[in-house]
Amino acid sequence: MNNRLYISGHCRIKDNRVELNGEPVFTQKDSNFSEFIKALYRDQQFQYSKFFKMDNLSKLGFAASEILLRSIHINVKGSEVGVVLANANSSLDTDVRYQESIKDKTNYFPSPSVFVYTLPNIVIGEICIKHKFTGENALLISETFEADQLFDHTMSLFKDGKVGSCLIGWVDYYLDDYDAALFFITRDNDKKTNFESEKIKSIYQNWS
Amino acid sequence: MSSVFIASHNIVSPLGFSTKENFDGIKNGISGVQLQIDDSLSNTPFYGAVINTEKLEKQFQLIGNPKNYTRFEKLLILSISDALKDSSVDVKSERTGLLISTTKGNIDLLESDKKNQFDENRVQLWESARQVHEFFGNPNIPMVLSNACISGVLAIIMASDYIKSGRYDSIIVAGADILSKFVVSGFQTFMALDEEPCKPYDKKRNGLNLGEGCGTMVLTNNSEATIDGKKIVVSGGASSNDANHISGPSRTGDGLALAIEKSLKNASISAGDIDFISAHGTATIFNDEMESLAFSASGLSSVPVNSLKGYYGHTLGAAGTIESILTVKTMTQNLLVRTAGYDEYGVGGKINVIAKNEEANIDHAMKTASGFGGCNAALVFSVK
Repeated sequence: MNNRLYISGHCRIKDNRVELNGEPVFTQKDSNFSEFIKALYRDQQFQYSKFFKMDNLSKLGFAASEILLRSIHINVKGSEVGVVLANANSSLDTDVRYQESIKDKTNYFPSPSVFVYTLPNIVIGEICIKHKFTGENALLISETFEADQLFDHTMSLFKDGKVGSCLIGWVDYYLDDYDAALFFITRDNDKKTNFESEKIKSIYQNWS
Repeated sequence: MSSVFIASHNIVSPLGFSTKENFDGIKNGISGVQLQIDDSLSNTPFYGAVINTEKLEKQFQLIGNPKNYTRFEKLLILSISDALKDSSVDVKSERTGLLISTTKGNIDLLESDKKNQFDENRVQLWESARQVHEFFGNPNIPMVLSNACISGVLAIIMASDYIKSGRYDSIIVAGADILSKFVVSGFQTFMALDEEPCKPYDKKRNGLNLGEGCGTMVLTNNSEATIDGKKIVVSGGASSNDANHISGPSRTGDGLALAIEKSLKNASISAGDIDFISAHGTATIFNDEMESLAFSASGLSSVPVNSLKGYYGHTLGAAGTIESILTVKTMTQNLLVRTAGYDEYGVGGKINVIAKNEEANIDHAMKTASGFGGCNAALVFSVK
């Protein structure tokens, strides 16, 4: 068996811009995240009504995964696809919103539909539901994008035979500040970009 | 690939600040779940397992300045300190990793009266982890896993995989969560809390109790490591996603069954080899039902299974590590501990709930967990 791993594709959403494999896909200047992501939804015709129930972190991760995965032919079963994501702010954006709803005894309005998004791995759940991925999961937290840790984690899953393909990357959202960088890792070498820690680091840093 | 041995462990919980106190406690049927009447945690009384603050502060003073750390960090530091006492693992080595599993970390710092006690960043999981790393002088970048209720089990799997792949020689896995108004109110809005002590797998079960605590398990590739004179290894583990619903368990148990199947394969054993299961058993109607279907479908119907939630409540990111440590103690002490709160069989699948303490010889034990976001994890420990 070929033990080499490859990056089949990557998608970035940041600064009101979307790029797929380094090529521009969509831009909308001068709008906040909520306007931007709605415009992206329409432009890319996601047609997925659950999208509007999601919190901002999940919308961001969902949108990036949609654009990336549409461009890829996945040739392993859903049970062999892992999703390993990382971020800095966990679910803090929604946590703060939820805390607002319980801080005042006389104005107390906690909602289960908000509370459920106070876990950072919910975005993984949303992506798995859409694509019927039932493989490995992990949501890692680090102050900044740690290419080495994502790489080590992904390698350990492949080495142990736990995944056939893996969606990995960074999905971070807090107070209108956002950044998504997703990579799809496979054993297929048709794209011929080797999966290396340095490679994902340079793709991540190559954003202007 | 090298085997992964358990080098040492600790549990900090309402039952005590050492693993021994905790195992003795559950063996003797002592539960940490009590009626809590505390405005800072809930507007209405609720059953939960809370650590005595005075005892925690007093204990912490022996090793550090309590003013410099949050409640969550104190649990971690106390637990890791105690686990390292009995271990040859050097926390200051570059070959030693520190992995923290939690769902909410310092979330209580969002409360208005606590906001100014620490720097604004302190609510961030990476910053809290950094404080713990600095306390111990660990040279590596802090690793944090936050994957809902499977965090603790998944952290042990992840640490074991990292050691197997050669990235680290040893990893200290510490899972912790504290009770807060944030978490209690959230589970209340989900109508997920039982108004009485929880009753896993019981006909009258009606929800979970929440708890707080920390469990630390030190893993190493050093084959000399023993627990109570026995060599215990992490022989396999895997996770899965239901790909079905973000806030409810699957109705079929397929996701958990997949994690179980993969973990058995990863451990190179079959279902018939499993002697004991420490299940998630939150005592919600849907979770316990789902688990019973998954265990039945996985050929585990006759295997003795318990839930420890009746002793600890659901400690979220700590549950997987605390319950894994007690699984290891079950293996070294040859004692299956009864499921507190269980009385009358009340699940649809066929499972063998442990209703009273009994002696047993255990070579392979499984620990499982499932959580929000549709995630499941299963882990196998074996006597080598």
